[in-house]
Amino acid sequence: MTDITAGGVSPPIRRVEFETAESKARLRRRYRSEARFKAYGIAALVVAAAFLFALLSSIVMRGIPGFFQHYLVADVLVDAAKIDPEGKGDAATLRAGDYTAVARAALAEAIPGVEGRQLKRELNGLLSSGAGDALREMVVADPSLVGQRVKAPLLLADEADVFLKTSGTKIRVISDTRGIATPSATTGEISILVGANDFADDVALVKAELKALADSIDETIARRKARGATVESLADLEREATELRRRHAAAATSERLDAKTASRLVAINGGLVKVKEMTPTLVKGEVIIPLKSTADAAPGTWEIRVYETPESNRNLNDRGLAFLEELKAKGLVESQFNFAFFTRGDSREAELAGIQGALVGSILTLLVTIGLCLPIGVLAAIYLEEFAPKNRITELIEININNLAAVPSIVFGLLGLAVFLNFFGMPRSAPLVGGLVLALLVLPTIIIASRAALKSVPPSIREAALGVGASKQQAVFHHVLPLAMPGIMTGTIIGMAHALGETAPLLMIGMIAFIVDVPSSLTQAATVLPVQIFLWSDLPEPAFKMKTAAAIIVLLAVLFLMNGLAIWLRKKFERRW
Amino acid sequence: MAGWYALVVVALMLAGFALARGRAQSVAGGNYAGMHSLPSYHGLYTASLAFIPALITFLVGSQIAGYLATQSAISALPNDIQSDILRQGAALREAVNIVRGGPVGAASAEVQSAAANYSSALSAGQWITLALGALAGLAGLSWGLSRVSMNFRARNAFEKLVHALLWICATIAVLTTVGIVFSVVGETYRFFFDPAIKGKPTVFEFLFGTEWNPQAAMRADQGDIQTAYGFLPLLTGTLLITVIAIAVAGPLGLFSAIYLAEYASPRVRSVAKPVLEILAGIPTVVLGFFAALTVAPYIRGWGETFGLNVASESALAAGVVMGMMIIPFISSLSDDVINAVPQSLRDGSYAMGATKSETIRQVVLPAALPGIVSAFMLAISRAIGETMIVVMAAGLAANLTFNPLDAVTTITVQIKTILVGDQEFDSAKTLAAFALGFVLFFVTLVLNFIALKVVQKYREQYD
Repeated sequence: MTDITAGGVSPPIRRVEFETAESKARLRRRYRSEARFKAYGIAALVVAAAFLFALLSSIVMRGIPGFFQHYLVADVLVDAAKIDPEGKGDAATLRAGDYTAVARAALAEAIPGVEGRQLKRELNGLLSSGAGDALREMVVADPSLVGQRVKAPLLLADEADVFLKTSGTKIRVISDTRGIATPSATTGEISILVGANDFADDVALVKAELKALADSIDETIARRKARGATVESLADLEREATELRRRHAAAATSERLDAKTASRLVAINGGLVKVKEMTPTLVKGEVIIPLKSTADAAPGTWEIRVYETPESNRNLNDRGLAFLEELKAKGLVESQFNFAFFTRGDSREAELAGIQGALVGSILTLLVTIGLCLPIGVLAAIYLEEFAPKNRITELIEININNLAAVPSIVFGLLGLAVFLNFFGMPRSAPLVGGLVLALLVLPTIIIASRAALKSVPPSIREAALGVGASKQQAVFHHVLPLAMPGIMTGTIIGMAHALGETAPLLMIGMIAFIVDVPSSLTQAATVLPVQIFLWSDLPEPAFKMKTAAAIIVLLAVLFLMNGLAIWLRKKFERRW
Repeated sequence: MAGWYALVVVALMLAGFALARGRAQSVAGGNYAGMHSLPSYHGLYTASLAFIPALITFLVGSQIAGYLATQSAISALPNDIQSDILRQGAALREAVNIVRGGPVGAASAEVQSAAANYSSALSAGQWITLALGALAGLAGLSWGLSRVSMNFRARNAFEKLVHALLWICATIAVLTTVGIVFSVVGETYRFFFDPAIKGKPTVFEFLFGTEWNPQAAMRADQGDIQTAYGFLPLLTGTLLITVIAIAVAGPLGLFSAIYLAEYASPRVRSVAKPVLEILAGIPTVVLGFFAALTVAPYIRGWGETFGLNVASESALAAGVVMGMMIIPFISSLSDDVINAVPQSLRDGSYAMGATKSETIRQVVLPAALPGIVSAFMLAISRAIGETMIVVMAAGLAANLTFNPLDAVTTITVQIKTILVGDQEFDSAKTLAAFALGFVLFFVTLVLNFIALKVVQKYREQYD
């Protein structure tokens, strides 16, 4: 600078025009680019928020039905012959009674007259294998109910439950029938002759469906060919498509119905018939709910019910669906809040599965974790922040802690597997080992948070304590640590929330076993909530998908509570020095 | 037994504390000012002197008791089982199960007697340990009591012990790292060089092989499926998903950070920050569920409307959701870095007539670049090590491909697949998981180390 002025050479003065059209355009361009840049930032935040919203809303929508369960609320005859045939009346006998049989009897009463083993099995299949559990509790609590009629909720099986929770299948009812219908019998395989061509439209519809099916098979074949599938592997599909096209093109007016087309049922004379074959004026089929008589049914008194979703695309077949619709029409099906979800362990039956085992497992595991990593973490932080000499070893420890905080969690699982299980021979799947692994995992987090909390306590506190004659340790433990405690607690809660959501390392040490019992000790096999979520999410049943989402809601609720507590602590005890 | 140990130790400590404090009080006789340490420090010192030998005796003794019990159980087994390591191990496990009351099959008479031996030897050993521990504790206690005097520096002695405890706690982090290195490096070494392991690859085959198939054909009719431990498909799969994740999270995270640091009013910050924090706090198993059940079918359906073949476990779905997981990570780290750029740099730029975005692009971001780069490196290391999202949303098929619509597999997915369930530690398959773990640990360690060094250097620059 001084050189230039000393040299006396002044830089040339450049005039900048702000009023020309060119510079105005340039300015506008710069402002536009400014606005654009700002908009990118807003857009990024909006996308992140939108993702969070999509995630939470999708989980909530899937999960809310998982908290409810459908029951058949029927008048149940608590039959002494099935429960307490010898009339002992003590709790053990009452507990051992055959309540499933009682529940089935109540169901048979609700839909009377069902014949045939197959049909009866389908009907009983609507009830869960634990249908009588609620009734058992009622009877054990009040033995005078034996021999009485009581209104009891009987748990429905998961297929029926899911069907009722989701939109199920669309049911189209054609009630303006034009002909007189005459059934040939009241049960078994029957035919129904109709005086007008009421089924002509449906036969045409079925033909259209067949064509649509053939087209979709052709599309699949084309797609597989594009992916390089061999001709032989597609032969079956091609045969099927050809057959469907033949049926579509055939002039024959008689059409067979199968599981791939919409199902059609005829409700007549108080019974229900599943159509297997139909012409415009005659249908043949199988009775699901027995007819009251073989009398002629006048036009309009009988109806055709079309279940639009083909049977093969549903979890509930036509018979089960027909029974369920009948129970629903009688007002016997009720949805109730599923308290058992919180009081049962895992189960293979979706409607009986609960999260209590996983919750208790999580609590036990976290107890071990916090019991280890809170004292160790705080003491380590005190050492590093207050006592550590500045030397190579301290530096090594610090680098180590920072690196450890970023090591993938699954590597901690490998550590647990190789060291705790294999080397020390600790029990597999135990909350003790899970807690140990998680403690090592969150230790760096707690050390870093505790150091920050200790650092935020001003040196004047230490100096004052030292000044009145306290030793260095007395100054730290009596004065600095209590003041840093809120910050340490906040960090610990956040660390625990992290540990609660952790899954991968626990899979490595075998906490993935299917465990029905609620764990009662630290060395018993257990599972934890996130692992339970992972296990359920792998199961194919839709009911388990709902349970998974419901368990996720519980997990997220606990996490939000923990984080809320941490924020509240921070706000309440935050001190500006 | 552990309960008895704890009870004895606590009783010894309480007794030591009370006795030593009482003795100190009587020694002082009211003249506390003339005493070097307060009576309670004498108490604490004596309690620690009782605690330490008792604890050490218990830790060592219970190990010895377990070892002796196992030996006595082995001696009860017939010779042919004793000589066969595998059968001996199985019989021992069964015997221990009988003693612990775990799941028991139909145990043979030998195993029953082994169990009886084990149980009696174990309980004898444990009682002896308990007695020895109590004696050791008492010895420490009486020594502590004998040292109580006016001039004994009990506080300094106790503080030395506390200092040692603090140091031990601080080194646990180092021990953890040592444990990780010990477990992964040891097993990895066996995977490559232990002659007892059959079917293992050479290092070259592992690093450059293009086939990954740890599960060999179990039956003859399954065809000629060969085990292969080629690491490349896993590497490309991991990289593909990581690249997708960073492509999503990089711009979104960086722009949110810029907006929050430079533009946002305090009110916007107070809303946006918690949103990002919630996103960061969502467990990955939840994100994995969302990826597998909502995002993957959506991407598949979207691909089909454009006539694309999308695998139902496409890399894209896993990558996008992983990117969402990383957004808060990148944004909070970058936010810190941008805030650390001195205001004087911005003021200088404004003074020259630059707009805010020009200042950010040409002054703030270049100044913050090292920090942002290290934020990205940490994000990459996190994406590589993420497990649950890919386990649930990406596949198991080890395809060597860069097409984001195909199914790929990753290092973490393979580790999880191999190690979940029963595993024997002598098969190449199990050890392969540890070799993968070693690669994972090594790569993330290098990334973290470089990133942390960069951040440190950069902080010093502006401090």
